[in-house]
Amino acid sequence: MNLRSSWLINNPVTQTLIVKVGLVSLVSLVLMGGGTGFSQHAMAAGSKLVNFDTPAQEILYEELLEEYRCLKCQNQNLADSNAALAGDLRDEIRDQVQSGASRSEIDDYLVARYGDFVLYKPQLKASTLVLWFGPFLLLLISGWYALKIVKGHRELIAAPTTPTDDDSVAKARSLLNDQSDR
Amino acid sequence: MTRLLPLIIFLIMVGFLAWGLQRDPSRIDSPLIDQAAPAFSLPVLGSDTTFTSADMLGKPWVLNVFASWCGPCIAEHPVLTDLAEQQNAPVVALNYKDRSADAVAWLARYGDPFYVVAEDQAGSVGIDWGVYGVPETFVIDAEGNVRYKHIGPLSDEDMKNTVMPLLQSLSSQELSSL
Repeated sequence: MNLRSSWLINNPVTQTLIVKVGLVSLVSLVLMGGGTGFSQHAMAAGSKLVNFDTPAQEILYEELLEEYRCLKCQNQNLADSNAALAGDLRDEIRDQVQSGASRSEIDDYLVARYGDFVLYKPQLKASTLVLWFGPFLLLLISGWYALKIVKGHRELIAAPTTPTDDDSVAKARSLLNDQSDR
Repeated sequence: MTRLLPLIIFLIMVGFLAWGLQRDPSRIDSPLIDQAAPAFSLPVLGSDTTFTSADMLGKPWVLNVFASWCGPCIAEHPVLTDLAEQQNAPVVALNYKDRSADAVAWLARYGDPFYVVAEDQAGSVGIDWGVYGVPETFVIDAEGNVRYKHIGPLSDEDMKNTVMPLLQSLSSQELSSL
């Protein structure tokens, strides 16, 4: 790094600027993330106006649309996707919610037809145990291994490095005596 | 042994990654494999009659999902035509979210080798079968269970390596159970 660029980084004005920009980005990210919570009444892409009997049903419908993957446009949920299949599935889910189906019933309906991949949040069952608990298990193993290394280092540091057996002491003395003769 | 633990964990993860990266995420495994094929009853294209899937019980058959607005369907049509004309397994076509006139015109242009063409204009039978794109092809055994789902157009290799052997084994199973 040449002198000019290191001056730039070390300059307190630049540093404050970086911190401020960072904070603003962080705050706006958080607000945008929270913003999806404000879109309860936003229309799903291309959907018709839907009337539910109870507000609870409407909330369930909006939530479900965000929890199911559009299998055609796999990076979008059913709320966002404009694919024809997404529209069909929105209609089907709307009908089921209107007739009083519960969240788990609609989950099961879709999983039976499209598999686990349709859910953004995988169900907890035997085949998804590794998916759910694997990272924590990995964390535990790594943590245990890290502790072992640290303990090993501590023991190494605490152990006396000076040999105390008689042979070594005698040898050391003779070497020192040889040295002092010079 | 514990010194090798990080290496072992790393190798396990490499194994998973190697397996996962070779899979195509757009090809979703069907939960219908080895399950009963969803029953349906649909109008037949260009006729007043109705086709019922239960009529196909007793013999292995193939369901091909196609539409006149689907490009790859044109590419796979010769392969399907081959299958329908040369082999004993009937090929039922599911005309998915299409217009009758368009489908009739398409078949007139490219040929109609199908045992029957059922119209699923609403796409609700498609949903029951887990159809999420066109074309898709299913192989159903004599007992009415789905045995194989092919996503995308069928190629000659797919036919030779997967579909034909499967149909042959299903037919011989059916014969041996007589």
